[in-house]
Amino acid sequence: MSDYDVLIIGAGITGAAIARELSKFKLKILLLDKEAEPAFGVSKSNSGIIHAGTQNPPGSLKGRLCVEGNRLMREEMAKDLGLHFIQCGQLIVIFDLKDLPELEKIRLEGETLGVEDLRIVDRLWLNAHEPGLGPEVQAALYVPSAGIISPYRFVYALVENAVRNGVELKTSHKVTAIKRLKGGEPGFEVTAARQVFRTRFLVNAAGLFADEVSALAGGADFKITPRKGEEYLLDKKREHIANHIIFPLPTPDSKGILIIRTSDGNPMIGPTAHATEDKGDLSTTDEGLAEVLAGARRMMPTISKSDIIAYFSGLRPVCGHDFIIRHEDKAPGLVNVAGIQSPGLTAAPAIANHARDILADNGLELIPRKDFHRNREKPVHLLQIPLSKTRELIKKEPAYGDIVCRCEMVSAQEIRDAIKRGARTLDGVKFRTRAQSGRCHGGFCTTRIVKIMQEELGLPVEEITKRGPGSELIMDERK
Amino acid sequence: MTKRELVIVGGGPAGMAAALAAKESGVRDILLLERDQHLGGILNQCIHPGFGLHRFKAELTGPEYADRFIKMVKDSPEIQVSLRSFVVKLTGDKKISYLKPGALEEIEAGAIILATGCRERTREMIPIPGSRPAGIYPAGLAQKMINMEGWIPGKEAVIVGSGDIGLIMARRMVLEGMKVKAVIEIQKTSRGLVRNVVQCLEDYGIPLYLSHKITKIYGANRVEKVGVVEVDENFNEKPGTGFELSCDTVLISVGLIPENELLEMAGAAIDRVTNTPVGPEVNLTSIPGIFACGNAAKVYDLVDWVSRDSEKAGKMAAEYLGGKAL
Ligand SMILES: Cc1cc2nc3c(=O)[nH]c(=O)nc-3n(C[C@H](O)[C@H](O)[C@H](O)COP(=O)(O)OP(=O)(O)OC[C@H]3O[C@@H](n4cnc5c(N)ncnc54)[C@H](O)[C@@H]3O)c2cc1C
Ligand SMILES: Cc1cc2nc3c(=O)[nH]c(=O)nc-3n(C[C@H](O)[C@H](O)[C@H](O)COP(=O)(O)OP(=O)(O)OC[C@H]3O[C@@H](n4cnc5c(N)ncnc54)[C@H](O)[C@@H]3O)c2cc1C
Repeated sequence: MSDYDVLIIGAGITGAAIARELSKFKLKILLLDKEAEPAFGVSKSNSGIIHAGTQNPPGSLKGRLCVEGNRLMREEMAKDLGLHFIQCGQLIVIFDLKDLPELEKIRLEGETLGVEDLRIVDRLWLNAHEPGLGPEVQAALYVPSAGIISPYRFVYALVENAVRNGVELKTSHKVTAIKRLKGGEPGFEVTAARQVFRTRFLVNAAGLFADEVSALAGGADFKITPRKGEEYLLDKKREHIANHIIFPLPTPDSKGILIIRTSDGNPMIGPTAHATEDKGDLSTTDEGLAEVLAGARRMMPTISKSDIIAYFSGLRPVCGHDFIIRHEDKAPGLVNVAGIQSPGLTAAPAIANHARDILADNGLELIPRKDFHRNREKPVHLLQIPLSKTRELIKKEPAYGDIVCRCEMVSAQEIRDAIKRGARTLDGVKFRTRAQSGRCHGGFCTTRIVKIMQEELGLPVEEITKRGPGSELIMDERK
Repeated sequence: MTKRELVIVGGGPAGMAAALAAKESGVRDILLLERDQHLGGILNQCIHPGFGLHRFKAELTGPEYADRFIKMVKDSPEIQVSLRSFVVKLTGDKKISYLKPGALEEIEAGAIILATGCRERTREMIPIPGSRPAGIYPAGLAQKMINMEGWIPGKEAVIVGSGDIGLIMARRMVLEGMKVKAVIEIQKTSRGLVRNVVQCLEDYGIPLYLSHKITKIYGANRVEKVGVVEVDENFNEKPGTGFELSCDTVLISVGLIPENELLEMAGAAIDRVTNTPVGPEVNLTSIPGIFACGNAAKVYDLVDWVSRDSEKAGKMAAEYLGGKAL
């Protein structure tokens, strides 16, 4: 007998979406991640775009799942999970009318995949709808179904809802060994954090490390090559530079350097796309900054280096040109969900449905739960609500009036809520609340947040970390 | 919405001096809003001596300097202080909204003085390439951690920038048992006061690398080392001069930026390079009846001059209110 029906390795967007989908059924599910919190892998550092599905080859799996994921976000996910999804639309611009056939090709391919309402627009339309574009821009493809979301809060919403529906979550649990059950019984014995978990089915959603996990489980042999992308965030004062997400024509390896609106208001420029061997290389470089600035400024010349307030790198888990989502007959019960490169964030809800069907085809019995809770309450973000609503909240809970982070207006109550919802690290608090992510980068609020974390978690200050063991902030306390 | 004659935002040395001067000039209804739990602003974390030489002809610490003003404010019934009160909104017609635990208050003011101080420039603004591990602190944050909380951030530090806060923190960390490996300054001369270079670095044998810059920060979870290189007059790297320093802590001390987001929200003109108000003279903004003083108006080296100039702001506000009443 196994302890679990399904064990999912990886609490990024892929694993989280699968966990939440499977939590609709009468199953015992375990979700493991090696990091201190969910969403600390690739899913925390990306562009946050819910792509429409354009710029993918028509026959591709990732193209099909992207279009479907986009639809699920617009029609169900955002509402069910209380997500701050903004359907702002996207423009793919050209600098030379000679490139019109390229745009036309993207339009046709998009329509083949099922993307709706695509339209080529001229400079006059652009002047009216995106007045900040530079003089070089001649025309664009308008893609209205694209939008933006906070990627980590998408993951947290899925995980919270999955846990609410009975999924067990264990973080700081790195899977180090996987064995087939003895005596021909189907299933696996998975070792993580010196514990052994027995499971009938195993889902590998380990992102950059999906190749290593597949090998541990005796599954297929493939290699994930990270493709690094550097992104640069601009000051909120520049919030209104763009109304849409703005793309140039794609290259064979990437969608190019973009001007990205983000759901928290700060515009972002990037990402670069360069293969690297090192799965831990999250550094940014002078060359990357120069490349991003040049690309963005060609589309919008008013963007300047002094607008930048933050930057980061992410690694796309790339294996060939498409996602790998399949049951491994060599290791019955193992479903690999690997090579989830861009548009993995968008596709996640559709990937989850696809993985569910593959599991069912291979013998997982899916009996719907009558008590499934579809909805998750939206957390409060003072910055997103009018002052009149803030007043009502403060009446109910005075600590909403106790502002901790002044740049992003985050109250002590929001920080406590975030910890109650699972934040265990400073980055976890930041991703959930935005405290420390404004222009002062925590210069004013870090000490206060650390103290609230100590109170709520009952930890000595030396054990408060930025993002898990090894990233302690304070070495010693003088009493 | 309640009406008040004069509202001052920020209870640091600037806000307190402005409030006291406005009182002296006859304003009878003054509300001083401070987001922290104490008056005093940044001075509370500056426990080293060197404040008040001009003003009081005495060498005080930051908190001692602040206390002299706090006492005078407390002895003034005309000045009402509201602590833990964070101003979130300001309009051009002088309506102010602030949050405090348990309440959102809205006020219509006759005149407003903004004394909101500065924030620190960050690593992101320079910007320094590399990874983003724990152990990188703005120098003022490190000052607050060590002096106010007793939290020692690490064992071995490198300081980027030779501003006064960085210099003072170099000495402070040595006194707390940390090793300070170097102060790295891209300019040819130190940005801080000469007395601080002597008393905080030379007396402790801490090397100051002028015309050098940090090329990269290394480390996955916590800082492991930094790359350093010499630069020429145009700040270009000199080939072959690069070296590395191992450390677990990096302090960033590369200057201050006036906090004028409220003023900007009200629609006043702001200089985009310095983030200071654009006005005909110091303390004035482009909106009549809204004044700015202290570090919010321009970055000051010495608190003595903050107090002096902020008193002028208090007088100006009083004159504005008097003129309007006539
Ligand atoms: C720069 C950049 C920009 C992007 N922009 C977009 C975009 O705008 N829109 C879009 O749709 N997509 C975008 N993507 C792609 C998207 O981010 C990824 O497809 C997606 O985040 C992949 O999620 P994942 O859950 O598969 O991987 P991850 O988020 O990495 O999750 C895998 C998890 O597995 C855990 N793990 C690994 N090994 C083990 C182990 N041995 N034991 C336990 N746990 C383990 C990891 O800790 C991690 O949390 C972008 C990617 C990058 C890099
Ligand atoms: C980190 C740091 C360290 C420094 N160290 C030294 C030093 O060692 N020696 C020295 O001579 N000078 C030092 N200075 C310079 C010092 O700041 C000035 O000399 C002086 O303190 C400035 O006074 P101020 O009142 O203008 O600003 P502050 O002292 O910064 O006071 C501003 C006040 O406004 C409040 N405030 C801001 N926004 C709001 C809002 N929206 N609502 C309500 N309240 C608000 C803040 O909480 C703060 O109390 C330092 C400055 C900084 C930033």
